[in-house]
Amino acid sequence: MLQPPTLPTNYTVKQGHIKTSTGKTIRTEEMIINMGPQHPSTHGVLRLEIVVDGEIIVDCIPHIGYLHRCFEKHCEHMTNYQQVIPYADRMDYCSAMTNEWAFALAAERMLKIEVPERVEYIRVIMAELQRIASHLIAVGTYGIDSGAFTPFLYTFIDREKILDLFEMTCGARLLYNYIWIGGLSHDLPPKFVEQAKDFVRYFRPRLKMLNDLLSYNEIFVKRTANVGVLPKDVAINYAVSGPQLRGSGVNWDLRRDDPYSIYHKLEWEPQVGKGEMGTVGDCWDRHIVRMHEMEQCLNIIEQALAGLPEGNVQAAIPKRIRPEKDAEIYVRTESSRGELGFYIVSDGTASPFRVKARGPAFVNLSVLPEIAKGGMIADLVLIAGSIDIVLGEVDR
Amino acid sequence: MEFIQTLLANELVVSILLSLLPLVFIIVYALVVLYTEMKVAAHIQDRVAYMRTGWHGLLQPIADMLKLLQKEDIIPDKADKLLFRLAPIIAFVGTYAAYAVLPFSSIYIGSNINLGAFFLVAVGSLVVVGILMAGWASNNKWSLFGGVRSAAQMISYEIPTAIAIIIVVMITGSLNLQDVTKFQDGGIGNWVVFGGPLPWSQKLMLMPFTIITFFILFVSSVAEVNRTPFDLPEAESELVQGFNTEYSGMRFAMFYLSEYANLFTVSAVGVALFLGGWSSPFGTFMSGPVWGIFWFVAKAYIFVLIQIWVRWTLPRLRVDQLMYVSWKVLIPWLFVCLLSVGLILVL
Repeated sequence: MLQPPTLPTNYTVKQGHIKTSTGKTIRTEEMIINMGPQHPSTHGVLRLEIVVDGEIIVDCIPHIGYLHRCFEKHCEHMTNYQQVIPYADRMDYCSAMTNEWAFALAAERMLKIEVPERVEYIRVIMAELQRIASHLIAVGTYGIDSGAFTPFLYTFIDREKILDLFEMTCGARLLYNYIWIGGLSHDLPPKFVEQAKDFVRYFRPRLKMLNDLLSYNEIFVKRTANVGVLPKDVAINYAVSGPQLRGSGVNWDLRRDDPYSIYHKLEWEPQVGKGEMGTVGDCWDRHIVRMHEMEQCLNIIEQALAGLPEGNVQAAIPKRIRPEKDAEIYVRTESSRGELGFYIVSDGTASPFRVKARGPAFVNLSVLPEIAKGGMIADLVLIAGSIDIVLGEVDR
Repeated sequence: MEFIQTLLANELVVSILLSLLPLVFIIVYALVVLYTEMKVAAHIQDRVAYMRTGWHGLLQPIADMLKLLQKEDIIPDKADKLLFRLAPIIAFVGTYAAYAVLPFSSIYIGSNINLGAFFLVAVGSLVVVGILMAGWASNNKWSLFGGVRSAAQMISYEIPTAIAIIIVVMITGSLNLQDVTKFQDGGIGNWVVFGGPLPWSQKLMLMPFTIITFFILFVSSVAEVNRTPFDLPEAESELVQGFNTEYSGMRFAMFYLSEYANLFTVSAVGVALFLGGWSSPFGTFMSGPVWGIFWFVAKAYIFVLIQIWVRWTLPRLRVDQLMYVSWKVLIPWLFVCLLSVGLILVL
């Protein structure tokens, strides 16, 4: 049985001696501190056990599991594959549309269902709007971590407009149960296209303002440049994905490299960190990759809105979902945090035999001890913030 | 001061009354600045703050104070009880003692000692002791971090403050804050930040250096008060609440009050030294003993507002960057200013 990494019980803090110029010796000792489950800046219930030598971090061990809700076990007792969708929502609650889409895609590929064109376009629009909303949370809370309280409120104003769009469509602001296997639960309301176009027009200048306020602020740059550098090979070895991987200079985006839906028909560019303000792969790179990605999302939304075909969104929803026995499939999509994958095993009954969710935040978080060593506690907060974890996805 | 002395023959009672005047001022000012901070912060963040307690939330500070007063007094079990209780008192005493030498008006200064500015710097160090005590006595590793960081920060930023004061003393020739203010009487052209009441040739040469010195004094005062961008000791996103973590109720209110009182103190010191204190910028128009109080408080309040504005705009500096700014940026620049001002005055 795998043991979670923890400090051994006979761990004694390293003691040291500093000789001063007058000949005396000062005794030093490392400290073991808990950045506990309740902490204003660990983005959720995450426990970080740090061994510090003064302010320098010698070792950092994350303990997770405080938000474990047995999501995967619940899925085995559903009476219908469609019933898993609300559970998938609640995994990564900041980015629910992409979660639903990943699971629906997995089930559709297993059952070999073809969805109408209109459904694909609407799914893309919803997922990209959700990506903007999720990155807005990431950027806003990152500002708070570094001490700037104001950008958080500005990003939440913009996020409200996106949530208005979602509420108009499916009635919910955060957890939608919208993308069903085979289609969608509701069609777009008549005012959606117009309001979405208004939002795109409104948001572009706000991005520039956010960049001026936070990203290019001298103090913010000083705090995040050259901090928490994640080299390319380490990132690939740890299987990180999403903006964190792209921030380290790896040009890998599942929407283009393992394409699904209609992404190959739209024109957009994956954003890669170039190390403008420090080294490639530092916190600033990850942050600016998210900012640039939001702009690309706007492009995608514009093109999708322009090319929206007519159709029935509920036509392909199957009445009974009963895959063949011993069918299994792994499907991965690009969620706001990285590669979100669902591995479904079926035993021929109406409920899945096993659903395994590969959460990107879980894998991205595993790299934290590696990049936090040698930095200060103030840096640890910023590094954890730049990984952009959502504990719902880490713990499921 | 003299007419009160004629009313009450007892000198002790008179001095006690006069020394309680700044306390009254602090309490009234704390309520005003609480409201201001709340509203300014809200409008910077594109929202409105409290609107329901009183018209547009005017009664909210009173509600806050009442709430803090009636909270349970919790002392952690393993905390060092004596130090824990003493810490907020010492921090407040350090702040309040500085009010003794602030020249509120030409007829009122708490204590007209000849070492006013020196006394200010000395007493400001008491606050450091208070914060260190709070950090240590809380028996909490995070508080300890906050306390130690704060001690390092405040000690290193006292040096730029002291050097800036020396520069002013070189120009005005006295450490007594009342004399410094009288020196700048007579209109905006006589303010030290524009070179002082000296002949034009000297003023033009002095002006860039005094402006830089004033700016550096302002920056190091913000650091002294532990405000963003220098608020690592109470960095809410890192250390929960820094040295404040274990404090609640009235003890927390003491720290809070002393922080706001400190805000005013450092702004007032900057105003008294550089911007003419209680003298009116128009020369004789709107000047006089009572107008003096208005000018002094108004000018200091503008800088309090600027500090609040800066707090809600900028991120915070990391500990080593903070030290870097103090020792490698502010102090060298101040030495340049010191030498230049000395040279110009001698020539």
